[in-house]
Amino acid sequence: MFRKILISVACCAIFANSALAADSINPEQDFKAFRQFFQSKFPKIKLDDFVNGPYSVDEGLHKQWLQKEEFPPYDFAVDKGKELMAKPFANGKTMADCFPNKGIGIRQDYPYFDAKEGKVITLELAVNRCLEQNGEKPYSYTGDDMASVTAYMAFTSRGKPFDIKIPNDPRALAAYEHGKQYFYQRRGQLNFSCASCHVQSPGELIRSERLAPALGILNAMPIYRSEWGGMGTISRRFTSCNSQVRGVPLKPQDAEYRDVEYYLSYMANGLPISGPGARP
Amino acid sequence: MASSIRVRATASGETTEVQALIQHPMDSGFVKNAKGELVPAHHIETVQFEANGKVVFTALWGPAVSKDPYVKFSFKGGKKGDDLKISWVDNKGASDSMTAKIQ
Repeated sequence: MFRKILISVACCAIFANSALAADSINPEQDFKAFRQFFQSKFPKIKLDDFVNGPYSVDEGLHKQWLQKEEFPPYDFAVDKGKELMAKPFANGKTMADCFPNKGIGIRQDYPYFDAKEGKVITLELAVNRCLEQNGEKPYSYTGDDMASVTAYMAFTSRGKPFDIKIPNDPRALAAYEHGKQYFYQRRGQLNFSCASCHVQSPGELIRSERLAPALGILNAMPIYRSEWGGMGTISRRFTSCNSQVRGVPLKPQDAEYRDVEYYLSYMANGLPISGPGARP
Repeated sequence: MASSIRVRATASGETTEVQALIQHPMDSGFVKNAKGELVPAHHIETVQFEANGKVVFTALWGPAVSKDPYVKFSFKGGKKGDDLKISWVDNKGASDSMTAKIQ
């Protein structure tokens, strides 16, 4: 009996060791594996086309989308975003003053890791911080104003490749790893992870919807969902995804969501911003 | 405030193709809000397109038409540079109009 325990303890020690080696955080290696997975799953899709989500994997949808893009439903949001960016606050400053280059063409640099605070700053968080610092009321993370402002920022950044940096800082690597874990962690009554749909089954139907590949999925945000009859932010997408698998969503911009945004955006490095998008 | 109407009209040969998008909530009057109260009906009732002052298209819309409606049609007789006026009126009496040039 005692011998048996000893042996199992020894086995455990060996496993623990090898698991530790496999767990060492290596974003570059993940990046290569992630990309290779999608390219071998969809050999016909050009790399840059992944940013068009379901339209890249379904020919019929692609045709509908081309027609839709002639008269895109997110047009009104882009205009409203432009207005909101230029509208002076009570103190005379504007939203544009809070951002580098007046908020034009900067979408691809978010989210970034802030070394001072030791956390990931997303574009949506930066927008609300700007409002708070200037004594204004912050927007709802899932509401139309946030979607409009980020839509305008994405629109002016179209075509620019995602440029997410993970500094050589253990906290940044931990945030990355945390986001990755959240992405692959199963949850909810349906026991789905983000990856169950967007890595395992992109291009398949879930009810009547085509699932988008995880690669480049954030490049098109924010989106006009016909199903929602309106615009949705990244926060709205994450929280509603969690509800759809019958889980309890976290609060928008909680650390988990910011980290998963960081992970997914890093995976999409080099792919062009295509937002705002229109989705069925 | 920006216009609630987007329009594009292109003349080719005898016909002119018109596409328009109108921003409007188009509440049917049958939907409840988060508090369980009915959202009162609020929808466009008439939309009119006039080319050089002559009505070329009229639509009578009701609660069944979707939010931010899109319309596409073509008519004979328009030519490049003509004025195309679009106007709508809703059930609360609100309205908007704009004039675009046929391209």
